[in-house]
Order: sequence, then structure tokens, then C-alpha cells
Amino acid sequence: MANADIFQIRTEEAPKLAAPISTSGVIGWMRQNLFSSIGNTVLTVIGILIAYSLIMPFIQFAIIDAVWTGDDRTACLAVEGAGHAGACWAYVIDYLPQFIYGRYPTEEIYRVNIVYALFVLLLVPLLMPSAPYKGINALLFLVVFPIISYFLLTGLEFGDTVVLPIVETARWGGLLVTLVIAVTGIVASLPLGIALALGRRSNMPIIKMVSVIFIEFWRGVPLITVLFMSSVMLPLFLPEGVTFDKLLRVLIGVTLFSAAYMAEVVRGGLQAIPKGQYEGAMALGLRFWQMMGLIILPQALKLVIPGIVNTFIGLFKDTTLVLIVGMFDLLGQIQSSFSDPNWSTPTQGHTGYLFAAIVFFIFCFGMSRYSIFMENKLHTGHKR
Amino acid sequence: MSENAVNAEELAADRSRMQISDTEVAVEIKSMNKWYGDFHVLRDINLKVMKGERIVVCGPSGSGKSTMIRCINRLEEHQDGQIIVDGNELTNDLKKIDEIRREVGMCFQHFNLFPHLTILENCTLAPIWVRKMPKKEAEEIAMHYLERVKIPEQAGKYPGQLSGGQQQRVAIARSLCMSPKIMLFDEPTSALDPEMIKEVLDVMVGLAEEGMTMVCVTHEMGFARKVANRVIFMDAGQIVEQNEPEAFFTNPQHERTKLFLSQILHH
Ligand SMILES: Nc1ncnc2c1ncn2[C@@H]1O[C@H](COP(=O)(O)OP(=O)(O)OP(=O)(O)O)[C@@H](O)[C@H]1O
Ligand SMILES: [Mg+2]
Repeated sequence: MANADIFQIRTEEAPKLAAPISTSGVIGWMRQNLFSSIGNTVLTVIGILIAYSLIMPFIQFAIIDAVWTGDDRTACLAVEGAGHAGACWAYVIDYLPQFIYGRYPTEEIYRVNIVYALFVLLLVPLLMPSAPYKGINALLFLVVFPIISYFLLTGLEFGDTVVLPIVETARWGGLLVTLVIAVTGIVASLPLGIALALGRRSNMPIIKMVSVIFIEFWRGVPLITVLFMSSVMLPLFLPEGVTFDKLLRVLIGVTLFSAAYMAEVVRGGLQAIPKGQYEGAMALGLRFWQMMGLIILPQALKLVIPGIVNTFIGLFKDTTLVLIVGMFDLLGQIQSSFSDPNWSTPTQGHTGYLFAAIVFFIFCFGMSRYSIFMENKLHTGHKR
Repeated sequence: MSENAVNAEELAADRSRMQISDTEVAVEIKSMNKWYGDFHVLRDINLKVMKGERIVVCGPSGSGKSTMIRCINRLEEHQDGQIIVDGNELTNDLKKIDEIRREVGMCFQHFNLFPHLTILENCTLAPIWVRKMPKKEAEEIAMHYLERVKIPEQAGKYPGQLSGGQQQRVAIARSLCMSPKIMLFDEPTSALDPEMIKEVLDVMVGLAEEGMTMVCVTHEMGFARKVANRVIFMDAGQIVEQNEPEAFFTNPQHERTKLFLSQILHH
């Protein structure tokens, strides 16, 4: 009665409108985000200046002043009076085969190329969610491809009949070694890490203890120590006459090392899955492994994609440590080329390291972008 | 006055197919005890559920209702006594446990749908992997039950995109896809808004009308009156009183039952 002021009744339906356009063009976006106030404008200008002063010298060095062609160091020496010399890409181009294949015999390089091609052909459809035949694809990539690659890269000889001449792993180098270690490490450490994470959460005391000891041991030692032990100390313990390829030892060391890290990442994901998910699965009659494989792990792994990829990227970059045991990965191969007097110029080192940085960046950035893509792809709406 | 009128209308469930078997036992619990550490959470539980019975379990919070019905499909382990489900005794035999879980459906307070799978995949998962049913057939059955719970149009969505009531109906459909002989409900409506409670209860009433054996932990007394043939009252880990719904609500015997009913009915 006295409440006439607060009484309200809707007489017309409010119209249903289209959603507003969130940004009004480039100018609108800039005005809103970069120049919304005086302080903001000042910051924007300072930011642009800093970016300019960092990027311009880089472009100057890597592109404008760079030397692209030439047969030896004379092409890249600073031209009299022209000031600071740019990058010597001619040297990188000359050395490219070594950077990619190491000292792999030239007439056998086609074998490495087949492996590279197979790798791309099998990996790309595997990574594309829309590509069909995922099961067959995964089988080819994870089982058939490693076997074929093994024989292609190391060779195949029965007694005197030579199908593919053997190439010792000591002759492998450059990107080939980097990729062999990184891909094997990545592919093998994920399942091993998952197994260890499940083991660590297991109710069975022995399995749990073994997993904990394994994880804590490998996390407790630096990778350099692992590599050093595997290549210098291990042979001392092996019986006389037993040899064991150095690359293989490094591969095992790197895999076990990153599996320990992977296990902890995956365990974090497993811990984030609510108990109700286990109960829902069990109440439907799913067996333990069905529950893990169909319900728990898909969710746990999705949650920790950033952590998993983080570990992958760390592993990829850690491959450079194999130099310590006398193996030449991409970086090692580049560094060893610095001793070539033919190309010795003041910018040779800069160019070589820049090239290494670019290659590593491409791979690591690729992994990072792909993980973001997958995260968005797998996002299925809000959790309740 | 008006309350009575509503109740009268609500009580009109179709009882023609609600038949309770005299001989076939669905679940039998014999002097069962359970402890959490030193805490004696279930004390000397004896309960016989015949095929076709619709039992409502109620009682104050912490009285062990959830623990009891979760023992029936071995989500919780009992330490003493016997639980026999559909003729099989629950022991540590994992195979038996899986077998029993296949025949016993369960709906939870928080639905426990699988958020990374679509509604349809949630429903077909167990038939395909546990019953080894061909995918196509499983999908047909799933769609049938999604229609039953009135949300076939949501089949392609993910659980996170549905309302609570819709999610709970999916959870019921998901259980039904395994054609269970017994359905367990643990407070299926207590996480829901009032409007959604009705849509879930309607589905449950429908199930009861088809003769499903049901054990429901719920405080929905309207539901209990409408479909239950027995109401069980638990307190402090014991079954304190059980009776037919009408008698239970109008003429409780035990002091604690009276206290409990007075608290939930007049507030
Ligand atoms: N995992 C556990 N460990 C120890 N104690 C537990 C555990 N689960 C439940 N309890 C205790 O057992 C008792 C019974 O729990 P239960 O969940 O069965 O109660 P409830 O009757 O379902 O209650 P509510 O109505 O709140 O759901 C409670 O006192 C609870 O604290
Ligand atoms: Mg409960």
C-alpha cells in the first residue's frame, strides 16, 4: 500500500538482441588497450621504443647486414669502411649438411632423409585431431616407425650380406642426434611417467615403494651426472667384453630422468580428479584399468598438458648436454665447426649460436603452441 | 488443509506394476558392521530387500545412510557380517564385485558424470566396455533412455553444459543403460534447486512404476509417500525404525524418529 514506489510489473517483453561486437576495429582496440589514458600512452610509447631498440639491431645483424652467399671466410669479413659485419649465413649454408646429419656418410644420408620424412608423415596426421585412423596411425608411429628407423639409421648386415651398411652411432651428429634423443625421450618417458605416477598412488606397498625410490632417485641427481655416469662409470661395472652403445646409454639415461619428472606432473593431475569420478566409474562396473584408461587418465592428462609439454621442452633443450660425454648434438656440431679456419670470421660464433637458437626455438615454440591448441580443443565446458 | 490436498494428488502414483516378490531377494544384509578406524559407523545392520521393493532410507546427517548403501555395491568395504546381492555374496573376490556392480546401478548426490565425454558417450561407455555391446546397439539403447528421462536433444553436449537437474537425469539414464536389477540413489536431489528436484523425482517415480527395485537415501518425504513401500530410519549407524510410509510418518514409535520427523516436517 505504502510500497507503491517499489512495485513494478513488466508490461512488455524485452527484445532479444544480438550480442554486441566486442571490438570496434583496430583503431578502437588500440584506443581501448594502448592509449586509454595519458599514463597508458606514455607506457605504450616507451614500450615501442624499447622494442625498437632491441629488434632493430637484430634485424640489422641477421638480415640487412647478413651475407648469404660465399665459398669461404672472405665473403663474410667486414667490408672496409662498412662498419659492423652482419651474420654469415653463407657459413651456415655451407655447413648445413653437417648440422643436420653430423658425420653420417654422405652416400648413406638418404637413409636419414627417409627417417625424417617418415617421421613427419606419421606425426602430422597423428597430431591433427580431424585426421582419421588414429589407432593405426599411433601403432605405425609408436611401433613400426621406431623399428624401421632403427635399422635404417644403424644399418642391417647378416654376416657378409650387407643390406644396409652399418653406420656407427659415433658418426651420427647434429640435428639427427638431437631429434633421436628428444623424440625417444619424449615418447618413452610419457608412458613410463604415467606408470610411475600410478605406481606411486598404488595401494600395493611394494609397487609404491619402488616407484617412490625410482622417482626420488632420478629427480635427485643432475642430468649431467646421469650422462657422465652412464658413459664413463657404467662401462667400468660391466663385465669384460660387454659393450653397450653410448647413444643407447644416453637414451636410457635421458628417458629415465625425464620419466621421473613426468611422473610427478602426472601425479599432480591424478590428484586433481575428484573421488566421485572413481566412484562413478566403479559403480558402472568398469575394471581398474578401464577406469584408469577411459575416465581418470584422460582427464588427469588433459589437466596437466602444460606441465607435460613443459617437461618435453626441458628435455628437448637438455639434449645439448650430451656434448659432455662426447656426442655431438646440433649445438655441439655447431660449436665444433667454429674451429674450421676456412670460415673463421668475427661473426662466425654469433651466426652459429643464432642458428642454433632459431632451430631450438622453432621446435620448442611449436610444442608450446600445439599444447595450447590441444588444451582449447579438449576444453568441454565448465566443471560443476 | 491445502497441504492435504497436494498430498492426495501426489499420492496418485500408478501402482499397478509395482509388484513385490515374495520369494526373490534382491539384497540381503545380515548383521553387518563397519568401522572407519576406531569409529563404529554401521552397527548390526540387518536388511532384506525383496525384488520390486522401493525403500527410502532417511535419518540425520552422519547417521551412516550413504555408507550403508555404498556397501551394497562395494564402494565401501564392510568388515563384519554378510551382504548378499542378487544371490552373490560380496567378498574380496574382485570378479564377483565387478559382476555385482554390473547389476546394481547407482546415482550420486553430485551426479559424477564424466566431464570429458558427451552425454551419449557417458551413457554408452559401460555397455560397450563392460557388457561388450556393439557401439551402434549401445547408442540406440542410450537414446532410448535419454528419451525416457526427456533429454534426447542434449545427447551431443558435454555434462558441463547441462543444468543440475538435467545432469542428474543423465546420470539415471547412464545407470539404466546397463539394465540394472537394482538401483541405488544417494540423495539424488539434495544438490538441486527446487524446480529441478521435481524433474528428477518424476523420472524416479516413473522407474518405480515400472517395478524397479530401488533403495533411495532421500529426504523427499513426498516421494517416499508416493512410491515407497518401506521407509527406514537410521540414526548413529543403526536402523532404528522401519515401517510403511503412512504409518511411519503419522505414527512414529521411536523417540529419535519422532524428533527427526518433527524437525524435518515443521520448519
Ligand atoms: N571415509 C571416511 N572416513 C572416516 N569417517 C567417515 C568416512 N566417511 C564417512 N565417515 C563418517 O561416517 C559417518 C557416516 O557418514 P555417512 O556419509 O554415511 O552419513 P550420511 O548419513 O550419509 O550423512 P549425510 O546425510 O550428511 O549424507 C559420519 O559421521 C562421517 O563423518
Ligand atoms: Mg550421505
